Amino acid sequence: MQPENGNHKKERILAAVEAALERYGARREELIPILSDINRALGYLPPEALNEVSRRLKEPHSQVMSVASFYQMLSTKPRGKHVVQFCESAPCHVVGGREVWEALQEHLHLEAGETSPDGQWTLVTVSCLGLCSVGPVIVVDEDVYGNVTPERVPEILARYR
Amino acid sequence: MKYYRSHVLVCVDPECLNRGAHEIEDALQDELVAQGLIDEVQVLETSRIGACSDGPELMVYPEGVHYVGLSVDDIPYLVEEHFLKGRVVQKFLYTRPKFVDEELSAPTPKEVRVVLRNCGKIDPQNIEDYIAEDGYQALAKVLTEMTPEQVIDEIKRSGLRGRGGAGFPTGRKWELTRAAKGEPKYIICNADEGDPGAFMNRRVLEGDPHSVIEGMIIAAYAIGASQGYIYCRAEYPLAVSTLNIAIQQARNFGLLGKNILGTDFSFDLEVRQGAGAFVCGEETALIASIEGRRGEPRPRPPFPAQSGLWGKPTNINNVETYANVPQIILKGAEWFASMGTEKSKGTKTFALAGDLNHTGLIEVPFGITLREIVYDVGGGIRDGKAFKAIQTGGPMGGCLPASYLDLPVDYESLTAAGSIMGSGGMIVMDEDTCMVDIARFFMEFTQDESCGKCTPCRIGTRRILEILTRICEGKGQDGDIETLEYLCEQIRTNSLCGLGQGAPNPVASTLKHFRDEYEAHIYEKRCPAKVCRALIRYEILPEACTGCTVCARNCPVGAISGERRQPHVIDPDVCIRCGICMQVCNFNAVVIE
Repeated sequence: MQPENGNHKKERILAAVEAALERYGARREELIPILSDINRALGYLPPEALNEVSRRLKEPHSQVMSVASFYQMLSTKPRGKHVVQFCESAPCHVVGGREVWEALQEHLHLEAGETSPDGQWTLVTVSCLGLCSVGPVIVVDEDVYGNVTPERVPEILARYR
Repeated sequence: MKYYRSHVLVCVDPECLNRGAHEIEDALQDELVAQGLIDEVQVLETSRIGACSDGPELMVYPEGVHYVGLSVDDIPYLVEEHFLKGRVVQKFLYTRPKFVDEELSAPTPKEVRVVLRNCGKIDPQNIEDYIAEDGYQALAKVLTEMTPEQVIDEIKRSGLRGRGGAGFPTGRKWELTRAAKGEPKYIICNADEGDPGAFMNRRVLEGDPHSVIEGMIIAAYAIGASQGYIYCRAEYPLAVSTLNIAIQQARNFGLLGKNILGTDFSFDLEVRQGAGAFVCGEETALIASIEGRRGEPRPRPPFPAQSGLWGKPTNINNVETYANVPQIILKGAEWFASMGTEKSKGTKTFALAGDLNHTGLIEVPFGITLREIVYDVGGGIRDGKAFKAIQTGGPMGGCLPASYLDLPVDYESLTAAGSIMGSGGMIVMDEDTCMVDIARFFMEFTQDESCGKCTPCRIGTRRILEILTRICEGKGQDGDIETLEYLCEQIRTNSLCGLGQGAPNPVASTLKHFRDEYEAHIYEKRCPAKVCRALIRYEILPEACTGCTVCARNCPVGAISGERRQPHVIDPDVCIRCGICMQVCNFNAVVIE
């Protein structure tokens, strides 16, 4: 992968901010949908994006940051190309979730919240996805996997390598 | 009007037309004339009988027989068999493909489906399906025949209480919001179903979104609101998209927007998505989140009914509460109040999870016992194991032991037993579950989800978690139990919101009902359920061991020694308790002590 040049990166960030503001309007009460859209487009919320949102909404940077840092689905740190989410809730826990979690950590060499040095993987825990009938559940990017066992973990991850 | 004994509906969707629907229709007419049945059987055109994948399709009423895969040549035989001889032609009969619904199976005898009645039965993306099941009739009745006061009175008499967990009487809440000073007023649906293991609301939103929307419009009419919000958690992307489709269809049908059903009542709805914060299920935190702020709770009063969204009177109910409303209006308060107990009326949905034979969604009348839920509805404990505990009410709930199995399920009984109703998660645990580990697990959750605003919750839950972790690691000390009890009481009485006040519940309830397990961990350094790794030991039974060496070759740390064909031994000081030896042994010689 070619390193992205600075100007190109900035343009991409500003375009994502512009698209989100266009969609929801530059209003304070739309801050969470705006940040969610930018997060989805860029994978995380870079400082340049937060600055731009703050400027356009005429809201102090601290206010924008306080929202960006509060919600689990908004990330102020870069994330990997593939994000693996593990459901850490009790129903998944009692049907073998712990073993699946250990298998994920072992195969990705990551702890919760970490991103691999090559930028390929981010491993995070997520609160209940409501798919308890098919637990343990993991989500890779947008794909949901149910009835996961430690044995299935390598095979699932291999689909994204 | 002319009377026909039978009506044949021919699907004339583009797909069926392509497959010759008009030719079939003509052939039917000709054949009915030829067999002298044209005055008894009427042929009509319709659309969307089925998926149109095996078109042309026919529907015969009043029997409701659905035929597919017909050609013109089949018509004489079909007319003779069905309309002359009165026999259903099995060959062309449409059979619904069987699919396994892992979440919602057919109701067991003890269940009553009110809220879930349409789930899995109608197409949630087609408003006409809902209307065909009496959908929006209650709204029409309310707007044309009832005053807002009469609606509130009907809901009050039904005894409906908030299904989000606290159980506040819904009619009373509506009355307070209606009476509150301030304009405009708002309606909010709390669809931030964050309790681990609870997915009842998700299923209703995905399977029957219009029942919630109709309930909200009726509530808006009753309290005098013109704008509503459904706050749905971002972890439910399908629910969000289904709701958006449903809202758009309701607008197109004149059921949302200006002058609903031609009356002067106007109301519109919008879906707001969360961004992953459990505490946003708390109503004041939820309001903050809709306003675009951090989802942190604030002290009540004032309650949202007085000062809610943007400081205006706001009515918040949960998904299940709203979904009950149209049924109550249509069937009457007496019908609803005939189900349940004296103080808890109607039905409740629960998500059954854990070590049961049948997990998934259920809907039962209040007053059913926990035993009936576990054994009759849930089919008993998996693998013939013994029941140990049932956890109700989500992370703010408690664990109840077998001696409480005959407890009737209603708001007051569960609270008195040391647990809560909560929104409806139920996790059943068998004898292999360690209650200290479970308490630690729930504390991990609340500690993680504490928003950090108030000290008892932020620091208190962390202190509890530290102590529980130590106990599970075999480092429990004399006095830990007393410290835990003190912390539980302090957090319960001093926290700002329901999350904090309820946070110690899993610990307090297990301390009350499973105290001996805590004592075994602390004083005997023993985990009775053999779960906590630091407190268990793997051993090889010499009489069962054949000396095959499989365990020794698979042990990642070289803790197993022994001669070939001689019993092997595990060195407990080297062993990391990974359990691989137990998995690979073909002779069941490895056991946990």
